[in-house]
This record gives sequence, structure tokens and C-alpha cells, in this order.
Amino acid sequence: MTHYDVAVVGAGPAGMSAAIESARWGFSTVLFDEQAAPGGQIYRAVEHASPQMLGVLGDDYASGKSLVAEFRDSGAVYLPGATVWNIGSELQINFSRLGTSSEVSAGSLIVASGAVERPTPMPGWTLPGVVTAGACQILLKAHGLIDDNVIFIGSGPLLWLISSQMIVAGRKPTAIVETVPLARYGVALRKLSLDLTAIKYLRKGAAMMWAAKRAGVPIYRDAREIAIEGTGRAEAVSFHANGQYHRLEASLFALHQGVVPNQQITRLLQCEHEWNQHQRCFVPVLDSYGEESVSNVFVVGDGAGIGGAKVAALQGRRAAKRIAQRAGEEVGTELADLQTRLSREMTIRPFLETLYAPSAAVVAPADTTTVCRCEEMTAGQIRQAVDIGVPGPNQVKSLLRSGMGPCQGRMCGLAVAEIIAQRQGGSPCGADYYRIRPPLKPLPLSELASFNGASTDSSQVQGAPSHD
Amino acid sequence: MTEVVDLVVIGGGIHGCSAALHAAMRGLSVIVIEKDSVARHASGVNAGGVRRLGRHFAEIPISQRSMELWNDIEALVDDDCGFTRAPVINVAENEAEFETVENRAAKVRALGYEHEVILDQTQLREYLPAVSHHCVGGIATIDEGFALPYQTTFAFQRKARSLGVKFREGQAAARVWRQGPDWKVECLDGEIFTGRFLLNCAGAWADNVASQLGEPVPVEAVAPMMIVTNPMPRFCDVVVGATARPLSLKQMRNGTVVIGGGRLGRAEPSTNASEMLFEQLRLTAETAISMFPIMASATIIRTWSGIEGMMSDGIPVIGRSSTQENAFHAFGFSTHGFQMGPGVGAIMAELIATGATDVPIEPFSITRFSGSHARKNDAQNGSALEMD
Repeated sequence: MTHYDVAVVGAGPAGMSAAIESARWGFSTVLFDEQAAPGGQIYRAVEHASPQMLGVLGDDYASGKSLVAEFRDSGAVYLPGATVWNIGSELQINFSRLGTSSEVSAGSLIVASGAVERPTPMPGWTLPGVVTAGACQILLKAHGLIDDNVIFIGSGPLLWLISSQMIVAGRKPTAIVETVPLARYGVALRKLSLDLTAIKYLRKGAAMMWAAKRAGVPIYRDAREIAIEGTGRAEAVSFHANGQYHRLEASLFALHQGVVPNQQITRLLQCEHEWNQHQRCFVPVLDSYGEESVSNVFVVGDGAGIGGAKVAALQGRRAAKRIAQRAGEEVGTELADLQTRLSREMTIRPFLETLYAPSAAVVAPADTTTVCRCEEMTAGQIRQAVDIGVPGPNQVKSLLRSGMGPCQGRMCGLAVAEIIAQRQGGSPCGADYYRIRPPLKPLPLSELASFNGASTDSSQVQGAPSHD
Repeated sequence: MTEVVDLVVIGGGIHGCSAALHAAMRGLSVIVIEKDSVARHASGVNAGGVRRLGRHFAEIPISQRSMELWNDIEALVDDDCGFTRAPVINVAENEAEFETVENRAAKVRALGYEHEVILDQTQLREYLPAVSHHCVGGIATIDEGFALPYQTTFAFQRKARSLGVKFREGQAAARVWRQGPDWKVECLDGEIFTGRFLLNCAGAWADNVASQLGEPVPVEAVAPMMIVTNPMPRFCDVVVGATARPLSLKQMRNGTVVIGGGRLGRAEPSTNASEMLFEQLRLTAETAISMFPIMASATIIRTWSGIEGMMSDGIPVIGRSSTQENAFHAFGFSTHGFQMGPGVGAIMAELIATGATDVPIEPFSITRFSGSHARKNDAQNGSALEMD
């Protein structure tokens, strides 16, 4: 079996930075990524983006280009199109690539699998024609096109970012329906500490909002009682805002309530997690270098708690430096410098987390709203299960099958945990979460049947098709 | 003053919950102590087979008794437990295996039981049109099926609770001793429960209790691995096993296919953890595809395993303590205890409440592990290697 000193999962800013730094210290390094090209979600397709597209997506996006180039030159083994489907307790990594599954082992694991969009259960969210704002950004980055008749619904910086990008691209959104309660602004402002980094973020945010206003995009604030309507397909969104009932038609409805750490790998490894009430999600319990309760496992980037691309890159560097330091390398003040820069980048977070906390309606959906899309379970069914004495998410999963479908709870886990906790009269702090079982992503049965496990040789790892 | 109940049950799996329910139905006051949550381990994560086929000969009477309860399970626990009727067939893949199952059927008939029948190749294909052409026949029990393990165990808990049984979940029994006529059970958190009778249903952790009663037993914690696939076109209305290879396969109502059979992962009973070993599970995937070619197009959605208690001779311990009065055991069901849960609970409640039972449980005595009584399971007793 091929062994690497350091294995990295995910080729976003966190993973690429970790791999660059790891290779710099001379460690044999491998990076697995599901995508065909490096960049993660934030820098998706940045390598070959046209100047025009770089203009649309902005400077922060364009800055990914040099990071990708540096990663390409780093000497780390890069395995694009690789789906990691299991990681064993001895850090054996099972992955699928080109239709074949293989195994490598690692001395240290750096998990950089990023964030997922928060589940947004609301009436009509399962209708065709409803997507997430993140999905719209993927379309924009990967294909440069997007439906020009889209309404954004929800809250979070991403809503404003993608709207401003679409405006630059000449396809302004039909409307923005924001769920942030007006009273939230005052509360959030009190969490603001105005240093230079925070001011930079605020300026960017204000510019994005101003762009939408200037372009004449109808903006509805403090929207409540939101429902997507349609028969067989989403046709309109209805809501109350400014004391009035509204119904807006469009062809695409993009939902967003912020992003949360993708917990699948750290849960699979049975790392400790805790409930973060500010981010309203579970985060892995990490030491000050990003190391898990399970030793030699590091979590960097948004998977460690939402911090954004700059924080992610710094955390990636920090983890690899820590591994170097532990291996006896002299890292000097490099680690301390990183810590200082990291805390500076984080000063804006309390403000953002307060302002863009998920809407009350999404964390407490109506009884009739579907929560688990795979198995079609409603919030009401989950509450009924609690009422008859089911103690937690795993038992709800066993009884109702919520979280047992192809998404393995990625789409419903947080919502289910919140609904159960509310019904029991607490917060998810003390609550359990779904036990995550491999494969992390669906795996063909025939591929497992021909899985070679530990006898995998490096030629397979390099991606040479070994099929007959 | 400490409350004294009639019966303290250690372990909230299907056997503990069923015994508690049946004891309550006989008017006993009961407390169930469960270190995690009800059905957390074997009872919640098994494949749900409700099967008499292929049982160890000594288990047949218990399995039959249990089947009577399964036949009317809703009347017992007010819940259908997801019980789905289906034949159970162990497929013979070649002539030698066919001979094995024919011998088995003859022996079962000789014991006076008629429930296991031989299927020739034509009959096999009638039941299983999708089975691979190399399969030559099989042995079957027609009138059984499968149920949903967590739903079932939870239903037993709820019904027991409705009859006054108290459940203390998240409390681990640490110390057990006699005080006067009573049993005392001290939990890790210091709380002490007192009962006239004690029942050890602690599964893979049962030796902790048995040792304290002065009768240590070899219970190995094992983690059988299971696979569930995406929904497939309906191709199988039978619970399928193999004769020589470990396999259990069933298609659920929603089309997903659950594949198990007993290949083991890694069990960590001290932390409740179990880990999948894919080099082993690979063989399960291979077997499923070779027996049902349609499975070559299936996709694994999830795999899982849970911790079960395995005895060295592959059959459970059921009966009285050999060293202590008013103490009883029902554990070590060796990966095939789910179907027996309703029946064993009834038997234990009868034994505790009346002092006797008509069901022959001598072969399951804990004394078989003490000194000169120790013996190995032998092939004459039939197969104990099947699982739910």
C-alpha cells in the first residue's frame, strides 16, 4: 500500500495551502479532490477563467489563480476526480477514481472538505426549479451562464455576492428576498469591532448591496412566511414584507441561509464535535493548531468553523507547519505569525454570524414541511417521533429513515437535530448527531466487489486505468 | 427509602425489553437499566430477519415459540414492527451444497418439525426468478419474513412502559450483589437499584454481570457488517441466505437491498465503536453479485455494523444463574437473536414469575462454560452460524 506522510482531502484554499506547505517541508503529500480541477467551490474553474469572467467574479476570486498555480508546482501528488469514501481509524484512505477504488495510508490527515449550505426546509423547497445560491455560483463559475430570471431568497453574504456578480455579467436577478429581521442590524452592530480587516469586509459587503440597489433589483427586507408555490414546478414565491403580502414569479428560486461545516469525514472518524450557538451548527473540537481529538487529524478551512477563504488558507498553512514542527523541523516564528494573522481575519465573524443567523422559520419548519428529502420525512413526523419517546437523531434515523438516503444526512442532519432539540425543550448542545457511516458518497457495489484494498499499488493511485 | 421492584433487568435490547414487557404482563414491577439507549447495539442494527430456517436444533423450540408471537406481533406491542411476510431460502449453489441442505432437512423432519422444506432448481426459480443460473436448489421456510429492528425493540419498550416498566437509559450497571433476599445493582453514576430478581440481558457486555455472579463466560464482542443499496427494481420477495458462503440478502419495501451475512468488522465494546473492514466486506459484495447478477448495477448508499455478543459455541445463554438464587441470564445470541426476542422474553418472564417453563432451555445453561461441562458446539446440532 502506498504511504504518504500527509494526506489532504479537498482542493479549496485550505487544502491547497496545506498541501503546498506540507510539500515545502519535504513531506510526501497527496491531495484528493472530487473536482476535475483545483480551486474548491470558491475558486472553481479559476485556472482557465477568461479575463471577462475574472471581471465578473471579482478580485477575491481572481486571487485564487496564483494559489492554484503555486499548488500545481508544489510537488504534492494531486488526485483530481477522486472521491474519498472511507477513512479508517489507522488513517487508511479508501477512494474511488476512474471507476476503481484504491487505498493509501497516511501519517497525518488534513481534512479540508469545506462547508455545505445549511438545509433550508420551507414550504415548496423540494419543487423542481428550487436550487441553492451556491448551486447558482457553480453554474456561473463553471459555465459562465445562469438563468436570467432568478429570485434569491434567504440571508448571508453569498446572496449579495452572487447578485453583484450577476449584475456585472449583465443578468441581474429578478429580486432579492432577504429574511434578516430589521432588528438584527442593531444587535449585530454591537458585535462589530472596527479594525482595518473588518472595515475591508464591511466595505465589500456595502458595495455588493449598493450594486444591487443601483441596478434596480427589487429588494425585500425582513421577509416572513415564505413559501415557494407551484404545481409540479416552482412558479412563484409568496411572502410578507413591509406589512404587505407579495407574490413574485420567476423560473428559478435560489435559497440560502449561510454555510455550515461539512462534518461527514470528522464524524466518520468519531472526532469530538460541539454545538456552536453563534454559527448555529456543529463544529469539530480542535486545538489551537486545528488538530482534532483524534491525533494526527487536522481540520482546516470552513470545515473547522466558517471563516472564509483567507482564514482557510492560513489554517491550511498552520496545520502543515504544525506537522513539520512535530516532526522536529525548526519553524521559527512562522506559527505564531500565522496565529496573529488568523485572529485578525476573524474579527468580522461575530458581526456576520449575528446578522446572518439562520431565519427562525428555517430552523423551526412547519409540521407539513419536508425536512429529509431523500426519505420524504416532514418536521411533523420528526416531532411525533420525539413525542412518543425517541431520544435523539440516531433513533429518529432508525425509526423514520431520515438521514438514511443517498445524501447520508448532509441535507437534513442539522435541521433534524434542531427540531428534535426544540421539541425536547433544549438546544442541540447536548444532542447527538447522526453517526456517519461509510461510504461517504454512494459507491457501486461492483466497485467494492473488485476493491483491492491494501494491495493497491501506486500505479493505480496515479490514476492509470486498470480495468479490463 | 429505596424502592424495591420485583425485577431489575440489565440491558435494554430486544431481550431485555421483551422480558420486561412479559414480566409486567404477569404483574411484576420492573426496572430496565440500559447503559446507552434502548436498541443502541445488536437489537437496533441487525438485519431484521424473522427466521426459523437453519437454526441450531436446540433453538428450534424457542424459535417456534417466538414465531407464534411474531404471527400476532401487533396484538402484543400495538405496533406492526414493520413485519413483512416473506419466505426465507438458503440457496444451494452446487450439488454438494444441495446434499448438505437435504441432510439438514431430513434431520429437522426426524426431530418432528415440518417447517423446513427442500426446493429443487425449478421451485427455487419460481421463488427467485433473478437468482443466478448456477444455483441448483435450496432449503426454505415459507411462512416467515423480516421486521424493522429498531422499530420493533422500541415498540417493546413503549408497550412495557405503558404497563408501568421504568427505563433508565444512559445508566451503566457497574456492580451487582446480593443483600439479604434482594439484588442490588449500582450504576456508574452511583445510583442503586433494588430488586427481588435480577435478569442479565447485557449482550456483548453480559460477562461483566456474569463474572460478578461467580460464573464468568466467554462473550466475544463482534461487529457483523451490513450494506444497504439504492432502491432497485423489484427482483426479490424472499429473505435469501447461502449455504456455504456468508450471505443474507433482502429487498425492503422501498426497493433498497440489505446485504449482510456475518462478515465481521472491528468491534470496540469499551467505546461502543465499530469499524467497517472493507477488504472483508468486499467478499459480501462479490457474493451478492454472483448470486444475483442484477446486483452488479446496485450502488451502496451506506454500510453499518453494531456490536453483538458472540458465544464460543454460537448459541446463547438462557436460564438461571448456576451460582446465585433469583438471578437469570438471556444473552449471547451470537448474531441471530432478533427473531427469538419475543419468545425468549416470554420464557424468561414465565421462569421468573412461576419458577419453571415448559420450553426446553437446558442446552442454553450457563454451566456449559464452567470447567468439565465446557464443550464445543458440534455439527450434529445444526448450523448456528446464520445470522439475522
